[in-house]
Amino acid sequence: MYDFRYTRPTMLAEALQSAEEADSKFLAGGMTLLPACKQRLARPSTLIDLGGIRELAGISMQDGTLRIGAMTRHFEVAASEAVRTAIPGLARLAGVIGDQQVRHRGTIGGSVANNDPAADYPAGLLGLGATVATDRRTIAADDFFLGLFETALEEGEMLTSVSFPVPDAAAYEKFSSPASGYALIGVMVSRTGADVRVAVTGGGHGVFRVAAAEAALVDDWSPQAVSGIEVDADMLSDDHGAPTAYKMALIRTLTARAVASMVR
Amino acid sequence: MPSVSLTVNGQPVTVEVENRTLLVQLLRDRLSLTGTHIGCDTSQCGACVVHLDGISIKSCTILAVQCEDAEVVTIEGIASSPGLHPMQEAFNHKHGLQCGYCTPGMIMSLIDLLRVEPHPDEHAVRKWLEGNICRCTGYQSIVDAALECAQQQSGGASAHV
Repeated sequence: MYDFRYTRPTMLAEALQSAEEADSKFLAGGMTLLPACKQRLARPSTLIDLGGIRELAGISMQDGTLRIGAMTRHFEVAASEAVRTAIPGLARLAGVIGDQQVRHRGTIGGSVANNDPAADYPAGLLGLGATVATDRRTIAADDFFLGLFETALEEGEMLTSVSFPVPDAAAYEKFSSPASGYALIGVMVSRTGADVRVAVTGGGHGVFRVAAAEAALVDDWSPQAVSGIEVDADMLSDDHGAPTAYKMALIRTLTARAVASMVR
Repeated sequence: MPSVSLTVNGQPVTVEVENRTLLVQLLRDRLSLTGTHIGCDTSQCGACVVHLDGISIKSCTILAVQCEDAEVVTIEGIASSPGLHPMQEAFNHKHGLQCGYCTPGMIMSLIDLLRVEPHPDEHAVRKWLEGNICRCTGYQSIVDAALECAQQQSGGASAHV
């Protein structure tokens, strides 16, 4: 790992000021950034540790919306009574990220800002129609994730919280890589009134919605409805361990399981 | 050079470190607490698990400078002198190790499990150990040790096996 400057501000304004420096990086849970630094894939000039900024952490319900601060750690979301009551599928998602020690450090803001194509939270945000708040604006999940490790965040822009509208029902189903714990495929399905969202992570090119599955489930809210759906093959990478056809089968199966868990 | 002040196994320490120094390097190289192991160095294997402010974490994936004012407990700090911690006793009794390389991390991880969930079943133990890799035992004896420790700590009430 190359050395860097390190700062641990307690105020948001201080952190944003530090972020004006070229090649500085926000450090959230560090579960991706620190391994990337070790491998010299990342070479930040300054790491701005957000762990000391209290206002960035915490979970609250406001006007039917669940707000989760960027520095809230995965195990806190998984165990939160507020999350388990409002959106149990989101608590479940947080509880199957990585392993327990990763969940003790990793944060929702870090995961979302990193947008790993096999991470769980991007599917959670897209499948639930969440809104990302930054220091300067709000961005709908539909506009936030721009492919492989790419997001709508600008240089020096800090993700501060994520807000989830509470759906009528939502479920997350994941087939984990037994080696890494990342999603081979993960599917978040939610229903709010007549509106259905289906978001898939692990495809290979970044999180995406499956329009065919959403339309099928609007017509027929049942596991059988998605058995024959088409998934755009362009959204799936043909990997050695998981060929495109296998990923398509996983998407159909996990979507059906998610729906089954909500209709029974 | 930056320095970091923290408490390690109950002792306050202040050490000069580089910003890039990892907690595991501070423990092993600067404080000679070599019970915390480096296995994969990529936060997969769990050989480096320690407690940070009471919670199990992988000390290879946190900077030493992030631990300012924190309380760190390592495998060297769990036993009340003299003798072993009940989890260590259970590993001994159930043969929960062969080569022993993963054992400190396993024990630190499982002590944290029993803090959160004093009466885990076998499934809960296995799920909790997803981040701890053992290449010798096949895990069965480790799971047995965890369940025995849980049973003994709850005063001999039967574990939910």
